[in-house]
Amino acid sequence: MSKFKSKKEKDTPAISTASLPDIVFMLLFFFMVTTVMREVDLKVKLSSPEASEVKKLENKSLVSYVYIGAPLDEKKFGTTPRIQLNDAFASVEDIRPYIETKRSEVDEQLIPKLTTSLKVDVETEMGIVTDVKQELRKVNALKLNYSTRERLR
Amino acid sequence: MAKRGAPPEINASSMADIAFLLLVFFLVTTTMDTDFGLARRLPPPLDLDQPEPPPIKERNVFVVLVNANDQLLVEGELLDISELKEKAKEFIANPYDDENLPEKKMTEVQFFGQYPVSKQVISLQNDNGTSYDMYIQVQNSLAQAYNELREEITMSKFSVNYADLVEKAKDDEMANKRYKAVKKIYPQRISEAEPKDVGKQ
Repeated sequence: MSKFKSKKEKDTPAISTASLPDIVFMLLFFFMVTTVMREVDLKVKLSSPEASEVKKLENKSLVSYVYIGAPLDEKKFGTTPRIQLNDAFASVEDIRPYIETKRSEVDEQLIPKLTTSLKVDVETEMGIVTDVKQELRKVNALKLNYSTRERLR
Repeated sequence: MAKRGAPPEINASSMADIAFLLLVFFLVTTTMDTDFGLARRLPPPLDLDQPEPPPIKERNVFVVLVNANDQLLVEGELLDISELKEKAKEFIANPYDDENLPEKKMTEVQFFGQYPVSKQVISLQNDNGTSYDMYIQVQNSLAQAYNELREEITMSKFSVNYADLVEKAKDDEMANKRYKAVKKIYPQRISEAEPKDVGKQ
């Protein structure tokens, strides 16, 4: 009996925190490696539709994004859906130089693999989307991806 | 000469704080979202010198119209979006060789030998006022119809899931051949007509 008692009375040793920086560094490196900086500041309202037959968008360096939706700042820009390329509002004509810039950035043999991802708000009407698609056809950027959220069947 | 003792140890207790600070920064800036989407291919730009394509028989075309009120007209029939998939599947496969559904042509397909491949084409036309949500739902239903038919045939022929086959096809020669054979039997032919502009007043 007394044996146990004497043990209990001893001070509990302090937990060594010497390995704490190591653990934190490990986490840090994990996040540093996996992190992808947000590409753009969204200026349009964007809630993606849901679809079940989706494919994962691979090779993000080969993807150019086109955002379409109603402007977030309604007072300044109204409520008609607008196109956003990079960080600014754009018109349909700006798509050609946008795609051409993207093409000049990548290797020549990778050009056919370039994909355009359309990120369109659910409430947008098809008119503006069709205009963008026609323009993409004209510049021969034929690989398209309608960005959606994943839904189970 | 000053007497040198052991060099003083550097206090490393703030190391954790610094690391935490960086960690929090990366935690906040990181976006883990992976992008998903429906992959499609646009038709190449119109070439004026191109000869007129041969006319397609009406029985081989599955006409899907979507108007500005997001209503569906499929083969002249008002339909709900939930029924579109089944209707499309019936059209694509034509299981009972119905005379109003697409013709079939015996084609040599690897693994399957001579196989009756249907000459189906799905024609999709929407209005400029159709909502994007509806458009995606229609595209999704049609894609689902194709995928389910492909699933049935891969399951019965190779006893594997179609989804697994697609996944493996990227780096496995055999799976790639099988995938191509399945795609040859049920090729995804969705043709999009120029949209109408009826909905705008």
